[in-house]
Amino acid sequence: MTPDQLFQLFIAGLTIGSIYALIALGFVVIHNVTGVINLAQGEFAMLGALIAITLTSETPLFNRAFTVSWNLPLVVGIVLATLLVMGVGALVYLIVIRAARTDSVIIQIIITIGIAIALRGIALIIWGTDPYRLPEFSEGPPIHIGGAVLTRQDLWVIGSALALFILLYLFFQRTFIGASLRACSVNRTAARLMGINVPHMMLLAFVLSAGIGALAGIVIAPKTFMGYDTGTYLGLKGFVAAIVIGGLSDERGAIIGGLLLGILEILAAGLISSGYKDAIAFLVLVVVLLVQTTGILRRGTRREAAGV
Amino acid sequence: MQRQILALTLFVIAILVLAACAAPVAAPAPAPAPTTAAQPTAAPQAAAGEPYKIGFVTSITGPASSLGIPERDTALMIQDQVNKAGGIKGPDGNMHPIELIVEDDASDASKATLAAKKLVEQDNVAVLIGSSGSPASLAMIETATKNSTPMISMASASQIVNPIAERKWIFKTPQANQPVTAVQLDWLKANGITKVASIGVNNAFGKDSRDAMNEQFKAAGIEVLADEVFQPGDKDFTAQLTKIKGLNPQAVIVHATPGEGAPLTVQYHTLGMTAPLLHNHGIGNKDFINLAQDSAEGVMFPIGKLLVANSLPDSDPQKAVLLKYIADYGAFTNGKAPSSFGGHGWDAVEIALAGLESVGPDRAKLRDYFENNVRNFVGISGIFNWSPTDHVGIGKESLVLVKIKDGTWAFVAPDQYKMTQ
Repeated sequence: MTPDQLFQLFIAGLTIGSIYALIALGFVVIHNVTGVINLAQGEFAMLGALIAITLTSETPLFNRAFTVSWNLPLVVGIVLATLLVMGVGALVYLIVIRAARTDSVIIQIIITIGIAIALRGIALIIWGTDPYRLPEFSEGPPIHIGGAVLTRQDLWVIGSALALFILLYLFFQRTFIGASLRACSVNRTAARLMGINVPHMMLLAFVLSAGIGALAGIVIAPKTFMGYDTGTYLGLKGFVAAIVIGGLSDERGAIIGGLLLGILEILAAGLISSGYKDAIAFLVLVVVLLVQTTGILRRGTRREAAGV
Repeated sequence: MQRQILALTLFVIAILVLAACAAPVAAPAPAPAPTTAAQPTAAPQAAAGEPYKIGFVTSITGPASSLGIPERDTALMIQDQVNKAGGIKGPDGNMHPIELIVEDDASDASKATLAAKKLVEQDNVAVLIGSSGSPASLAMIETATKNSTPMISMASASQIVNPIAERKWIFKTPQANQPVTAVQLDWLKANGITKVASIGVNNAFGKDSRDAMNEQFKAAGIEVLADEVFQPGDKDFTAQLTKIKGLNPQAVIVHATPGEGAPLTVQYHTLGMTAPLLHNHGIGNKDFINLAQDSAEGVMFPIGKLLVANSLPDSDPQKAVLLKYIADYGAFTNGKAPSSFGGHGWDAVEIALAGLESVGPDRAKLRDYFENNVRNFVGISGIFNWSPTDHVGIGKESLVLVKIKDGTWAFVAPDQYKMTQ
C-alpha cells in the first residue's frame, strides 16, 4: 500500500462514513426524544432517493404499467423528495407510533421493524426490483490529489453531511424548539411540567429524522444507486454507528461513529481482505458492547445523569 | 442495565438481519399480454387431458432479480402461448394445458430449498426448473435428487451438474463458466496480455468463475495479480479497485451480475482506471447499460448470441428462433428488451415441454428423455446436446464476444480481437 492508495481508501471511507453518520444521527434524534429505536431509518433514505429519482428523470413505475417523466430540476426534486419523506415520517409517528405510546419500548421497536418491511414492500410495488441511478449533482472530471481521486459527488456527500451537522447543531443549541427537543431528551416529565408539548416534539423528531435520512439517501444515490432493498443495509450500518461510540443517545458520538465505521470498513477491505469487510464492522460492535454497553463517549445515559 | 442493553442490542441486530432476509411482498404479476385475450380458437381435435405441472423457482426479488424477472416473464409467456393454442399433445394423444407454478426464492438459497420441497412434495410437479442463481440452484439439488425429480437449472456454476455421477437428475441451460473464461482467454492472448487483475462476487457463481479463470489463465501463462472479492449486495468497491489500480494490470476481469457489476464499473471509471474491462456473462441484460451509462462503454464480455441476433448471418440456425423470441418477449412485457437470462428460462421451459410431449409427466421417463433425446435442440443460449456425460450440452461455440458501444451491444468477431491502439 502506497500513501496514495491509503489516502484513496481514506477518502472512500470518509464518503460512505458521512452517510452512515447521517443515518446514525436520525437514530439518535428519535431515540433521544421518544425512547424508540426507529429501525425504519434506512428506509427513509431509500424512499428519499427513489422519490428524487422519480421526480427528476424518466422512471417506469408499477412494473412498467406507466412511465413518468416530470423531469423537474434536480434541486426542486431533492427538496420535494425530502419534504415528502418528512411527511412519511410524520405519518409513521401519527398513525403507528402514537397509537402504541402506552406500550413498552420493545414493542414500539418491533413496530418500527414492521414499518420498515411495509415501506420496503410499498417501494417494491412502486419501483420494482431494479436499482435506479440519480445523476451526479455537478458534472466534471474528478479532482486528483496526488495519486488519489476525489469525485465531485464525494465532495457533495462530505460537504452536505458537514453542512447538515452544523445546521443541526445550531438548531439544537440556538433555537427555542431545539432547546425544547433537548429538554425532552433529558427528562420528558420535567419538560412537560415546563409547558413543552411533548407529543409535538416527538412528531418533530420523526419529521426531522425522516428528512435527515432522505437527504442521506439522495446524496449517496449517484454513487451507489438505489433499489427498494438498499435502505436496509444503510440502516444496519447507521445503527451500528449510532450505538458504538455514542450509545444511541449522543449526536456527536453518532457522527464520529459513522465516520469511523466507514473508514474502518474500507481499510479492512483494502488492507486485510475484502471478504471480511462487514465482519470487521460487526466484530467491533460486539467488542464495544461487551466492554462498554453505553458507548465509548458516555458513561451513562442522559436520564441516569439527570438522576431520573 | 448493561446486560439489558447488550441483550436488547443483540436482539435488535438479530431482528434486523432476519428482516433483511425476510421475503418482501410478492412482486406484482407482469402486465398481461397486450394482445386481446382471445378465446381458445379452433377447438383441438384431441380430448382435453389433465394439466402438466411444471415447478418454476426463480429469484423475483433480491440481488438476482434482474435475472429472475426475465426468466419468470419468459416462462409465463410460453405458458400463455401454449395454453392459448390448446396445450400440448401428450403421448396419450390428449391435449394437456400446462400449469406453471412459480415460486420466488428472493435470491436466497434456503428459500429455494423450501420452494423446491413444496413444488416436488405438495404440488407434485413433473419437472423442476430453477433457480436463477448458482447458490440457490445448488441448494435445490438435494430435494430434486432425493425425490427423483428431473431439475433444470438456469444458473452458471459448473458444480450444479458436476460430478455427473452425483447429478443424475440435474441439467442446466446456461453455458458453464469455463467456456466463458475460454473466450476471455482468446481475447487476452490475441492482445498479448500477460498480467491481469480480477474482482468477483463472493458466492458460488463468482467462485466458480474465478476458479475457471485461475486454472485456465495459469495454464496459458497469464498472471493473475490480484483476486479480489466483494459481498453480494455491496455498493462500494473503492477499496478493492484501489488495490488493483496500484498493481497496474493490463486488463481487469470482473465476475458479477448487474446489481453490483454496474456500480463497480462506474467506480472503476471515476477512479480513472483505463485498463480494458472484461466482464463475464453475468451482465447480459439492458439493466447493466442503463445503470452504468457512459461507464459501460467499451466493456467487453462473452455471451450467448441473443444480444447480437441481428448481426448474425442468416445461415445461423439459431437466428430465426432468436428473432422470434425477441419479438414475442417485447410484445408480452410491454416492450422490455430481452436478456440472455430470459433465454436460459426459454431453453429450460421449452426442453421441459418437448419432454412432456414425448413421454408425459413421468419423472423417470422425463429424465431419461433429457439425457438421451435432447439432440441438436435449437435454443436461445445455443444448440443443446445433452448426454449421459454432459448435462450442459453447449460450450464455447455458443458464445460470442460483445463490446458495449453507443449504449448497445456490438458483435466482436474473433478476427477483430486484437485492439487497434
